[in-house]
Amino acid sequence: MKKFLPPLIPLVVITLALEWMVRSAFVPGYLVPAPSAVIRALFDSRDELSAAMAKTSAAAVIGFALSTFTGVAIAVLLSSSRAIQRSFYPYAVFFQTVPIIAIAPLLVIWFGYGMKTVIASAFIVSIFPVIANTLTGLLSTDPALRDLFRLYGASAGVTLVKLRFPAALPQILTGLRVASGLAVIGAIVGEFIGGQGLGSVVDVARTQQRVDKVFAAVLLASLLGLALFGVINLISALTLRRWHASEQAS
Amino acid sequence: MDLTIDAGEFLAVLGPSGCGKSTLLRMIARLSVTNGGRIVAEPEQFQTAFVFQDAHLLPWRTVLDNAALPLELLGIGREERYSKARAMLAQVGLAEAESRYPAQLSGGMRMRVSLARALVTEPRLLLMDEPFAALDEITRFHLEVQLRDLWQRRGMTVIFVTHSISEAAFLANRAVVMTRRKGGIKLDRRMDLPAQRTNDLRSDPRLGHEMKVLMEAMEEE
Repeated sequence: MKKFLPPLIPLVVITLALEWMVRSAFVPGYLVPAPSAVIRALFDSRDELSAAMAKTSAAAVIGFALSTFTGVAIAVLLSSSRAIQRSFYPYAVFFQTVPIIAIAPLLVIWFGYGMKTVIASAFIVSIFPVIANTLTGLLSTDPALRDLFRLYGASAGVTLVKLRFPAALPQILTGLRVASGLAVIGAIVGEFIGGQGLGSVVDVARTQQRVDKVFAAVLLASLLGLALFGVINLISALTLRRWHASEQAS
Repeated sequence: MDLTIDAGEFLAVLGPSGCGKSTLLRMIARLSVTNGGRIVAEPEQFQTAFVFQDAHLLPWRTVLDNAALPLELLGIGREERYSKARAMLAQVGLAEAESRYPAQLSGGMRMRVSLARALVTEPRLLLMDEPFAALDEITRFHLEVQLRDLWQRRGMTVIFVTHSISEAAFLANRAVVMTRRKGGIKLDRRMDLPAQRTNDLRSDPRLGHEMKVLMEAMEEE
């Protein structure tokens, strides 16, 4: 309760203030909807919104899962040799700077309208932080421990599984936290073009001047991002609690 | 540098910072390549153990799993490695702590786990690189007595790098002082002290005399 109360207070205050400003015509309702109107839109369009939410969630989770596995695999490969790292890492960085909104139309050409394009968009946006953080983690193994493993004749594979990977886990989880939020953003952007889910709801509601519905969809998208973030935090707490300072009781 | 070390010896290596004490250990352990020189009669692989300056435990493993790690890497079965690791932990006085994690231990306890991990393979040669340098004096005294005791019971060879003169004199049967210029030996001396080393020896004039000899060799630089 102590943890939840402090952030709850500003939420209630701002919501009430916004409601008052719109009702007293301080801010026109067609620009910013009253919180009550957003709640009404959530309720009135619940079937449409929950179907859209399910699609967006599926696309974001699949895209996120893909970037987790692919990102970790690429980082392992990059960390295996300096030469590979030097030749390929610059392209990973370059890949990250490509604006997703600019290549989204291209994705539609490649994958067509629908799920595949949305998943690809979520994947592209969220993979880089996984690669970068995992790579940093894998490359910062304690040299004394590497010596120890060498002394007992451990192979590169054994050293990866028993030493480098677990030692990198805190950094990997940091990468996943960032990637989880980005996957939702990538999914929404993909849906603007690929035409489904919450992104499509926002796009259609915008053309109809339904600001309340736009806000309702945006709210759901944020909740989705929060939920993914929460799952990663839970995994982090469970795996690191015994040994890493970041998850130990302060 | 020309240095012959007999099997079963407890050798302390002293010398100024940067004189190559640690490099010497790493070359013996074959973690560094020798530069033009040769290490003759190298110990068979896996019969050597190394203790670092800090404990360097795997923080995600329990004390027991840390102590059993070398056996695990050598492919020893679960039952055997746990029973050996338990026996070793008992010898360093950590039987009670086997399911705890390194973050929950004091510095001295962590170093004892590190020692147990090194000894669990029953090495013939134990290489130690300033292992107790980061510990407080009481803990260090305690561990020194314990190490000396383990050495006597197991009949292994210990090469102990340190920059503490009192530690070298107290622990070793033979002490070598290296010169600042890489690879030279300034003094090679057998300690004229009783085999049984207890904390009483610390105030013994004979220890004081050995320390004085070592110190003079160190200061001549």
